[in-house]
Amino acid sequence: MAEQYEAVIGLEIHAELLTESKMFCGCRVVDSVAATPNTAVCPVCLGMPGMLPVINRRAVEFALRVALALGCDIQPHNIFARKNYFYPDLPKGYQISQYELPIGRHGHLDVTLPGGETRRIGIRRVHMEEDTGKLTHLERGGSLVDYNRSGVPLLEIVSEPDIRSGEEARAYATRIRQILRYLGVNSGDMEKGVLRIEPNISLRPRGSQAFGTRTELKNLNSFRALAEGTDYELARQAAVLDAGGQVTQETRGWHDTRRETFSQRAKEEAEDYRYFAEPDLPPLTLDDNWIVTARAALPELPQAKEARYTGQLGLSPGEAAALADDRAVAEWFDAAVAAGGAPKTLANWILNDLFRLLNERGRRIDDIPVAPAALVALLDLVAQGALNLNSARDVLAEMLDSGRAPADIVAARGLTQISDEAALLALVEQTIADNPDALANYLGGKTALLGWFVGQVMRATRGQANPAVVNRLVAERLAARGPG
Amino acid sequence: MNLTHTDVTHIARLARLALTEEELAHYQEQLAAILDYAARLNELDLSGVAPSAHAVARQNVLRDDIVTPSLPRDDALFNAAATAEGQFLIQAVLEE
Amino acid sequence: MDIATLTLTELRDALRRGDTTSVAATQAMIDRIVAYDNAIGSYLTLADESALEQAAAADRRRAAGEDGPLLGVPVAVKDILCTAGIPTTAGSKILDGFIPPYDAHAVERLIAAGAVILGKTNTDEFAMGSSTENSAYFTTRNPWDLERVPGGSSGGSAAAVAAGLAYGALGTDTGGSVRQPASFCGVVGLRPTYGRVSRWGVVAFASSLDQVGPFGRTVADCAALLGVIAGHDPRDSTSLPAPVPDYEAALTGDVRGLRVGVPREYFIEGMEPEVEAAVRAAIEQLAALGAEIVEVSLPHTHYGLPVYYLIAPAEASANLARYDGTRFGPRVAGADMIDTVRQTRALFGPEVKRRIMLGTYALSAGYYDEYYGRALRARTLIADDFRRAFESVDVIAAPTSPTTAFRVGERVDDPLSMYLADVFTLPLNLSAACGLSVPCGVDSGGLPIGLQLIGDTLQEARILNAAYAYETARPWHRRLPVVPAEV
Repeated sequence: MAEQYEAVIGLEIHAELLTESKMFCGCRVVDSVAATPNTAVCPVCLGMPGMLPVINRRAVEFALRVALALGCDIQPHNIFARKNYFYPDLPKGYQISQYELPIGRHGHLDVTLPGGETRRIGIRRVHMEEDTGKLTHLERGGSLVDYNRSGVPLLEIVSEPDIRSGEEARAYATRIRQILRYLGVNSGDMEKGVLRIEPNISLRPRGSQAFGTRTELKNLNSFRALAEGTDYELARQAAVLDAGGQVTQETRGWHDTRRETFSQRAKEEAEDYRYFAEPDLPPLTLDDNWIVTARAALPELPQAKEARYTGQLGLSPGEAAALADDRAVAEWFDAAVAAGGAPKTLANWILNDLFRLLNERGRRIDDIPVAPAALVALLDLVAQGALNLNSARDVLAEMLDSGRAPADIVAARGLTQISDEAALLALVEQTIADNPDALANYLGGKTALLGWFVGQVMRATRGQANPAVVNRLVAERLAARGPG
Repeated sequence: MNLTHTDVTHIARLARLALTEEELAHYQEQLAAILDYAARLNELDLSGVAPSAHAVARQNVLRDDIVTPSLPRDDALFNAAATAEGQFLIQAVLEE
Repeated sequence: MDIATLTLTELRDALRRGDTTSVAATQAMIDRIVAYDNAIGSYLTLADESALEQAAAADRRRAAGEDGPLLGVPVAVKDILCTAGIPTTAGSKILDGFIPPYDAHAVERLIAAGAVILGKTNTDEFAMGSSTENSAYFTTRNPWDLERVPGGSSGGSAAAVAAGLAYGALGTDTGGSVRQPASFCGVVGLRPTYGRVSRWGVVAFASSLDQVGPFGRTVADCAALLGVIAGHDPRDSTSLPAPVPDYEAALTGDVRGLRVGVPREYFIEGMEPEVEAAVRAAIEQLAALGAEIVEVSLPHTHYGLPVYYLIAPAEASANLARYDGTRFGPRVAGADMIDTVRQTRALFGPEVKRRIMLGTYALSAGYYDEYYGRALRARTLIADDFRRAFESVDVIAAPTSPTTAFRVGERVDDPLSMYLADVFTLPLNLSAACGLSVPCGVDSGGLPIGLQLIGDTLQEARILNAAYAYETARPWHRRLPVVPAEV
C-alpha cells in the first residue's frame, strides 16, 4: 500500500453464545452446520403470530462477562430494540437487538503484534442480539430456509476504527477469540460460523482526520482470510485512489481460493432500520451487585497470565503465550507450579513432551487422568537422579494411559536408576576385565571406545544405571590403565 | 403536512408493500391529513418528559437457560406455502 | 327455562344444579348461530363439531363429580386469539388458512376451566378498526339494527353475546376494541390492566397496548370470565405476577362512599346529546346509591388520539413484518423473491396498509423524533393524568363512545372520523388503568349506550363492583334485541 495513505479498519465480530437454549425461547442451541434443518425451532423462533420473547438469563450473564473482560463501561439500564428489515432468514421481520443502550461501551483491548509491539484497540460497544436462520441456494433455482439458528444468542463486539493493517486485525481478532474461549462463552469455531468477523476498511490521506469511503468484508472463515482479505482490500482501494478513482461503498466477499475480494452488494442508500424499543421486553437493569459479582467471577485473562509468566515465572514470551493460549492448559500449568514444580522445567515438559503425547492420543489436557501434581512428582524423580530422562518420558506416556502415579510405574517396571557407585564400579571393572581386546585398542589410541564401554555397562544394567555416573567411572578406570 | 409522492413510494418500499398508483395517491393524501392531526402534539412542551415505551413498569424479566421441546418438524412446516427437503422453500435469494 | 336466554353465570349455576347439560346449551347456541348468524355475521369459524365433543366431555366430567369455573359453558373467541387446530385469521386474507399449533394463553385458561369453544368471531383485520367493516371476510351487523355496525374491532364477539349466540366471549382491546363494541351492542365488556391477561398467542397489533378482555351480558358474567383468563404467564414478559382476586365475590353492590370522578374533558362538543344525557343519568344513579361524585380533569385527553395513532401504527408496522408468505399464510408469486413478498403483503386490506405506512413513516430516519419520539413523551403525560386523578378518586365515570352505533358504510372513507369513535376509550390504553363499558340506556332509535367506568392499575374488582351496583339498579341487560332469522 502506498505510503501516502493510512488504513482505517474497524472490526465487527459476531459471536454466538454457548447457552443451552436460545436467546428468547427454550429451543436447544444446536450445531447449525450438522443438525437436521428445522428441528430446533418453535413458534417463537419461527416468528409465528402472537408469540413472545423472554430473555435468557445466562445469555445476559455471558454478555456481561465479555463486556467486563474487554474493559467496557457497563450500562446499568439496558433496553432491547427492534431492528426492522426484511430478509427471509429473519422470521419476525425485525431482529431483537440493543441499539441506544448496549450492555457495554468504551472498552479496549491491548494487542501484541508479531514484532512485539503492543497496540491498544478501542471497543466501541458490546451488545446482545439474536441470530438469524440460514439460507441454502438450490442449483435448480430457489432457496431453502432453515431456522435452527434463528434466535441463537449473539454478541456483537464492535471495535473503534483503530486497526491499521491485516496483521493487526488478525492479532485483535485472535485475542478476542481467545478471551471468548477463556470466558467459556464461545467455542471459537470459525468454520462453523459461531464466530464471524467483518472488517470495515477504508483509506485516508496520512495525517487526515476525515474517514474515506469504506467497504465491508464478509465470508471470512479464518484468521488467515481476515489478514489476507484486509490487506487485499487495502491494496485494492489504494490502487483505485491512485488511479484517481473513488471507492464505492459496498459489501465485498472474500474468495478463499482465488484469494481476492469481490463486490457483493452496493449500498444504494443508507439502511433505515427504524429502531424502536421492543415493547414485548421490559428494560433490563444490571445493578451494582450483579456487576460486582460477575467481575469477581472473571477468570485470570490470557494477557494477565502471559505477563505473570514472563514477569514472575521467568518464562520467555513465546513460552508464556503458548501456555496461556488455552485456558485449560494455562490452568493445568498454574496448578503444577502451585504443586511446587519449577516453572521453566514444567513449561518445557508441557509444551514439548506432554503436548506431543496429547497429540498422539488426540486428547485434551483437561481430559487426562494425570493431575498436574503427578507431573511435578515425576520431574522430582528425575531431579533426584532416581530416573533418567528417557525413562521419565516413557513413564509420562504410561501415566497418560493408565493414570497411575509415577513412583508406582517406576517401581513396577524396575526403572529405578542405579546410582550406587560401589555397585557400578564393580560392574565397570568387570566389563573392562572381560574385554581385553577393546582395552588394548583403547590404550592404543582408539579413545572413542570409551563410549563403547559405557554402552556395555548400561546394557548390563538394562539401562537403569545413571549414565553420568557410569561415564565418569569408565573414564576414571580406563585412565588408571594407561594413557588415554 | 407536505408528503410527496417520493416519500410515499419510499415508505411503501421500506414496508415491502406493492401499492398501485391509485393507492399511493390515496395514502399520500390520507397520511398527510393524519400527520397534520398529529401535529397538535407540537402544542405540548415535552422537554424533560420521559418517554413511555411500556404501559406498566416491570424490569428484569428473565428465564433460566433451560431447554424446552421444539416443534415436530412437520408442525413447523405445516402452514408454509412451499417446502422442500424439510425446509421452507422460497424463490432464489441472490447470492450474497 | 329458555336455555338460550340464560346469562353465563346463570347457565353455569344451572349446570352445577344439574338442571341442564352442556350438550343442550351448546346445541342451543349452534342452532341459534345457524338460524341467526347469516344475518349478523358474528362468527368467522364455527367449531360446532369440536364444541359438541367438548360439551359431551364436560357433561361426563360433571357426571363424574367434577366441576370447573366454566365447566360446560359455551363461549366464543375473537379470531385474533390463536386456537390450536382451529383456523385463526385475525380477519385478514394474509392468514387465510392458518392453523396455529398452539392456543393463546387466554384460550388455554378457558379450556382448563372447562369452557366449550363455539368458534372464532369476526374482527377488523388485525383488530384495526372500530366497526368490523375492516374484516377481510365480511362485516358483522349490530343485532339491534342490522343496518348499523356492532363497533369494533371485537364486533363479532360483542354481537354474538348480544344476540345470544354465545354465553360469553373474549375480545382484545388495543384502543377501545372491547369497550366500544360492548357499548354499541348493549353488553358488558372489560379491558383489564395491561399485563393482567397474558398476550401469549394473541396475534399482535400494538404490543404495548394490546390486552385481552371479556364480554358478558352481565357484569357478573364478565367477572367470571376475567377470573379465568387473568393471571401471570411466564411466557409473556409483560404479564403481571399479581395475584388474581375473586372478582365475582367482589360484587357486593355496595358503592357507598365510592369516589367517582367525572372528567370534564369527556363531555365534549360533538357527542350525541342522548349519549351525554344517559351517561349523566347513570352517574346520578351511582350518586343515588351512595357514591360521591367529584369532577376531575384528565387534561391531556385531547392528545390521546394523535399519540395513539402514532404509537399503535409504529408498533404494528413491525408486528406485521412477519407476514411475508414464507412460514405461514398464502403466497402471491411475484417476479422475484422480494417482489413476492411485496405482492403477498398486498393481501393486507386498506386500513392495515394505511397503518403500516403511517407507522413506517413515524419510525423512519429523520421523523422518529418528530413523531414517534414525541408520541412516547406525550404518552407519559396521558398516563400521568390518570395516575393523578386516581389520587383523589376511586373510579372514573365517562361515556364509552361519543355516539351510538353508526351506519354500515358511513365512515369507511374517512379514517379520521372512524378514529374518533375511540376518542374516549383509547387514552386508557396509553396508561396503566383498566376500564369497562356497561349498558346505561338507549337512544331514541333504541340503540344501546354505554357507561365507561375506569379504574386504577389492577383495580378491576372495583370497577366491576361499581358497574354491578349500577346494573342491579338499572338492569338494561334484561332488554334483548330481536334478531330476524332471515334478512
